[in-house]
Amino acid sequence: MLQTEPQRHLGILQRLDTVMQRLGQQPSTLIPMLQEIQDEYRYLPEDLLTYVATALNVSPATVYGVATFYAQFSLEPKGKYVIQVCDGTACHVRGSMPVYEAICKKVRLIDGKATTDDGLFTVESVSCVGACAAAPVVTINGEVYGKMTPDAIVVIIDTLDKRGDEVS
Amino acid sequence: MMQSVEQLQSLISRCEKQRKAHKMRLEICSGGGCTASGALQVAAALEAELDERNLRTMIESVYTDDGCGGSVAVGTGCQGFCEKGPLVRVQPGSVLYTHVTPDDAVDIVDGLVNHTIVERLLYRNPTTKKSITKESDVPFYKLQEKITLRNCGYIAPDEVNEYLATGGYQGLIKALQMGPEAAIAEVLQSNLRGRGGGGFPAGRKWSIAAGVSADQKYIICNADEGDPGAFMDRSVMEGDPHRLLEGMMIAGFAIGASVGYIYVRAEYPLAIDRLEAAIAEAEALGLLGKNILGSGFSFNLRIKEGAGAFVCGEESALISSIEGRRGMPKPKPPFPAVSGLFGKPTVINNVETLANIPDILHYGHQWFRSLGTDASPGTKTFALSGDVENTGLVEVPMGTSLRQLVFDIGGGIRGGQPFKAVQIGGPSGGCLTEAHLDLPVDFDSLQSVGAMVGSGGLVVMDANTCIVEVARFFMNFTQMESCGKCVPCREGTRRMLEILQKIVEGRGSIEDLDHLQEIGAAVRIGSLCGLGKTAPNPVLSTMELFRKEYLSHVVDKRCPAGVCKGLRRYLIDEQACKGCSRCAKACPVDAISGTIRQPYTIDQDSCIKCGACKDVCNFDAVEEVA
Repeated sequence: MLQTEPQRHLGILQRLDTVMQRLGQQPSTLIPMLQEIQDEYRYLPEDLLTYVATALNVSPATVYGVATFYAQFSLEPKGKYVIQVCDGTACHVRGSMPVYEAICKKVRLIDGKATTDDGLFTVESVSCVGACAAAPVVTINGEVYGKMTPDAIVVIIDTLDKRGDEVS
Repeated sequence: MMQSVEQLQSLISRCEKQRKAHKMRLEICSGGGCTASGALQVAAALEAELDERNLRTMIESVYTDDGCGGSVAVGTGCQGFCEKGPLVRVQPGSVLYTHVTPDDAVDIVDGLVNHTIVERLLYRNPTTKKSITKESDVPFYKLQEKITLRNCGYIAPDEVNEYLATGGYQGLIKALQMGPEAAIAEVLQSNLRGRGGGGFPAGRKWSIAAGVSADQKYIICNADEGDPGAFMDRSVMEGDPHRLLEGMMIAGFAIGASVGYIYVRAEYPLAIDRLEAAIAEAEALGLLGKNILGSGFSFNLRIKEGAGAFVCGEESALISSIEGRRGMPKPKPPFPAVSGLFGKPTVINNVETLANIPDILHYGHQWFRSLGTDASPGTKTFALSGDVENTGLVEVPMGTSLRQLVFDIGGGIRGGQPFKAVQIGGPSGGCLTEAHLDLPVDFDSLQSVGAMVGSGGLVVMDANTCIVEVARFFMNFTQMESCGKCVPCREGTRRMLEILQKIVEGRGSIEDLDHLQEIGAAVRIGSLCGLGKTAPNPVLSTMELFRKEYLSHVVDKRCPAGVCKGLRRYLIDEQACKGCSRCAKACPVDAISGTIRQPYTIDQDSCIKCGACKDVCNFDAVEEVA
């Protein structure tokens, strides 16, 4: 179901309250709260970072420090499809980089950029996802594809629905 | 709700009996590897087939008061032999089926009902070509000895009765009966050493924390399995979560902690779900909470999701992360066992260490010491991956040789290629070569050759792997994961990476090798935590073992494995070239020149090795030379 922006904001504020009630209004609740936001928006909108700082009575600098320290958090909006290419040791020696390059070429990502201009794809290389026996591994929005090749992944990307419907 | 040890005992016996009475079972591997190759679809097809024939029994019904017949289909944790997945094991008989597809469901269920075997799905010995029926006769499983993975792949992880039926929670009962001091003594005498890599005796940590008096103590399970190439902790949590819970309860009881944290990587969502479900089951049974089994011991467990930082595998950084800060290590002492989480005495053990605890208590330290070597008793799990025939998860007695691991269990090198090296211990470890194949794998032997057991990732590399590129890969990893606190680590890893980058791009010089050694030594000495201290290991160890390969990169500008793109050369074969000029037009840097209908040439100095000329040539006249 589509939500309007204010509804979505209200929803996340309520969820953040629940987290605080469960874990206490203390600094150690910071990471779980950021995870809640990341989970909802797939990035951390700046105004919510300020809200978290105020709610937990820590400085915005501390929140920013934590938000930029951990790889799970992103300050930039991510694409509809987040494609993660595992570049753990096993995947690396079994050829994860050619797969990565094939994906970038396929979705037309040019050097350095992680998200396509139309906001459809984010491509990133991640360290081990723990499915080494199926190397090289690619995950698309959390779904695991094993024993990938540059050709196979292009076919899979082709099958993704690109019309902007809601993704579960 | 269990009020006493006796009540739990009788529940365990009942579960054991009912489990034994129930014969027909399909155990479908739902570990990471098999799921990636389609295990969930296989499970759905098998369930549908059982339903179709009205044969299906839900796993819960097996443990109801009067038990029941029928067949159950259980999705288990990792069965280990990921290479041959999706795997299905049929009980009775432990018949192993490999590479199962949803279309095989009819035949498998037929076999289950008629007690026959589906020959075509059996594992075939690659040399004798003979098929093997029983799982334990397959060479991959034959040499294994399982403690922490004993149940993983055999039981339904989301059903506590399954764990109880294998003798689960007997270790907890023993501990409660013998008291905290005796429980610590048992672990001390077992000489169980930390399986997270360090090899520090777990019992010593426990006794230090037990000896400090405090109003609150904590036990933390380090499940931040960040080493690329390792997935054993994930498998334990997904496949046998109660084992970890039981280990933590015993640890909590022994040191006097009332709260435990499991710090799990966010990259393992299924492990988190399974642990949450297991904690809820344990709470419902009264195995967690206040006054457990009437013993007076109270204990609660919480899950903390990591947020993606390799350095949080380090104890003090992990504590900072739970406290809500950036995961940065702190100088020791004070050690966490004295002053840890929120300033309280805290014991941190890794998943595999804790997963050994229930059996040590249940069967005693003598049993445990009868396995493995004198200085490294017990077993170790290894994740076999890379260029090996049988990738997967294995558990072997400590002291098993590398040769047995790679060749007997692992089935040798993929495609019969020559063996080159094994990388062990992840970004903190080193490489081992042919010369080390007969080395017993245990904490001390590996340390003596500049490698380490680490968490147990074993990445096998064949002759097509460029060792310099692998060293660059690890340096790239540690450089990215360096938390930035210590200058030698933050700057040193960056400089080392730059040098390695230069070398693989073909711009390296012989002086660069000296610089690597010099900076590596400084990073080793000048860093606070294990990440920095061990970061140079992959580079320094490969420079020693594969000096020739480094020299060919910097002196001859050649990559013997033909991997490093920057060292490739593109040449035009004069005979084949028709002089059509396509390549010259495609070259982005105008490095190709010539006259129409005459052979063209590539100016090696301006060539950027992009390969565009090779792609467009219609006559296969452009050659790529390593």
